[in-house]
Amino acid sequence: METYSLLREFADSWMLLLLFCVFVGIWFWVIRPGSSKTHRDAATMIFRNDERPAPDKEAQK
Amino acid sequence: MNTGTLNYVKLVVLALATLFTMIAASYARDLAYQVHMVIFMIVAAGLFLTTLRATDEPAAPTPTNEYFDSVVRAGVIATAFWGVVGFLVGVVIAFQLAFPQLNFAWAEGYANFGRLRPLHTSAVIFAFGGNALIATSFFVVQRTSAARLWGGNLGWFVFWGYQLFIVLAATGYLLGGTQSKEYAEPEWYVDIWLTIVWVAYLAVYLGTIIKRKEPHIYVANWFFLAFIVTVAMLHIVNNISIPVSIWGSKSVQVFSGVQDAMVQWWYGHNAVGFFLTAGFLGMMYYFVPKQAERPVFSYKLSIIHFWALIFLYIWAGPHHLHYTALPDWASTLGMVFSIILWMPSWGGMINGLMTLQGAWDKLRTDPVLRMMVTSLAFYGMSTFEGPMMSIRSVNSLSHYTDWTIGHVHSGALGWNGLITFGALYYLVPVLWKRERLYSLSLVSWHFWLATIGIVLYAASMWVTGIMEGLMWREVDANGFLVNSFADTVSAKFPMYVVRGLGGVLFLSGAIIMCYNLWMTVRAAPAKASLGTAVPAE
Repeated sequence: METYSLLREFADSWMLLLLFCVFVGIWFWVIRPGSSKTHRDAATMIFRNDERPAPDKEAQK
Repeated sequence: MNTGTLNYVKLVVLALATLFTMIAASYARDLAYQVHMVIFMIVAAGLFLTTLRATDEPAAPTPTNEYFDSVVRAGVIATAFWGVVGFLVGVVIAFQLAFPQLNFAWAEGYANFGRLRPLHTSAVIFAFGGNALIATSFFVVQRTSAARLWGGNLGWFVFWGYQLFIVLAATGYLLGGTQSKEYAEPEWYVDIWLTIVWVAYLAVYLGTIIKRKEPHIYVANWFFLAFIVTVAMLHIVNNISIPVSIWGSKSVQVFSGVQDAMVQWWYGHNAVGFFLTAGFLGMMYYFVPKQAERPVFSYKLSIIHFWALIFLYIWAGPHHLHYTALPDWASTLGMVFSIILWMPSWGGMINGLMTLQGAWDKLRTDPVLRMMVTSLAFYGMSTFEGPMMSIRSVNSLSHYTDWTIGHVHSGALGWNGLITFGALYYLVPVLWKRERLYSLSLVSWHFWLATIGIVLYAASMWVTGIMEGLMWREVDANGFLVNSFADTVSAKFPMYVVRGLGGVLFLSGAIIMCYNLWMTVRAAPAKASLGTAVPAE
């Protein structure tokens, strides 16, 4: 089989399946239990640290 | 390596660059190349002198407890400046189409429509849009990472290197240095320069994300990162060409025929998808919630929006090549993915609009927010129109007509333009530490001028595009075509004038914005609430 047909066959079978599964996996990862708190935290991050960078961990001690 | 040694390396590199460009300018085979080498030479020699003066001088310590905002301020100024330039050239070429006498004989070969058109598209997309993306991404990544921009003065290199790219591209078009690929016109050495700048951009951006103090990477950064990485990939693949001589601007593409066409539209459509969509969505996910003062409607939806957009957009390119030598399966694939793409696009639009849930009253009092919401509405409209036009049977009517131009402008002026204006109105008081904008009523003026301008533009292009598509396919009882091409040109005249007027309104709105932002910096009261003194950068 020449390279084109080989790649073409792979692309519209296994690769397609893999990409589709990865995408469905992302859905499940996003709605996983306990993600809401994380997402709330991430969504409100834009309202922190407006004026200056957060201080280093060492400086806080 | 300390700064001292680094300076010596810089001096050697700059001296060699000056020498090489001097030789290149004298051996130049064409005008565009010669002018560009002189520009390179002046820049390299100037940098050599400033680096020499700074060598062995004590370097000022980099402040780590404040954001690197001076480069963002420069980016805001560049965005406003290039925006007005790009819109102005757009208005000029719109009237050149309506009144061909404006292609003056004395300017033939430099300022006729064919030379000015790529100047307009690149000025608005890459100069206005690109500067807006670089400035806002630098602003957003620092705030959401709670860290100063990585790489020190590399941020300045990205900014000035990008301006140099714009100047090279613009002068190249006017002097005829072009490889004739739409939205990728600059010739090989300009492409190489942009690649260097872009790699530095990626390094600065990733470096900042890597040293972030927040546990999460905020969704806006995902969009910006996808924009930077994908544009790098597209740019490199679409510009694989072999220069005829290293002393001239002409180059030959490695791909040929239908492969070249497919690579070009894979590039072209994903430039829309990742430059004008993903990058600007990054802007949207930061500035809309900030201006509305509430978090994004659904963070879960934003993650799914991101991945769906990334998975789908990359396949949509072939819809630019319906009814060509491209195999049917490829153009069907492009069409199907374009239609599926409607879903993530509207998911993102809904996510942005619903962020105002419970705060819709702000639309009455805040014209900046109104601008952002209208930009989302235009985003929704053009991401509905686009998939529809990618359907093969619709495309047979719309392709090669002005409908396409109308579609592009409702997206570019409505979505990219208005969201950028909204971001600039947000940024200027923050960056220059002002209490508020100089005048909200001027923002309202800008909003209405821009919106009416876009409506005039889009409506006239729908009418003229569909009319011209129908005229081209009209056959009489014997099967002969009824209209010649020139018949459609004369029928389009009134719509061309309306389109030009729409452009004038949009341009005047942008000029009002520049005045308003200028007066905000000059005259609006300074913000006094900071508590501690902030050292100047």
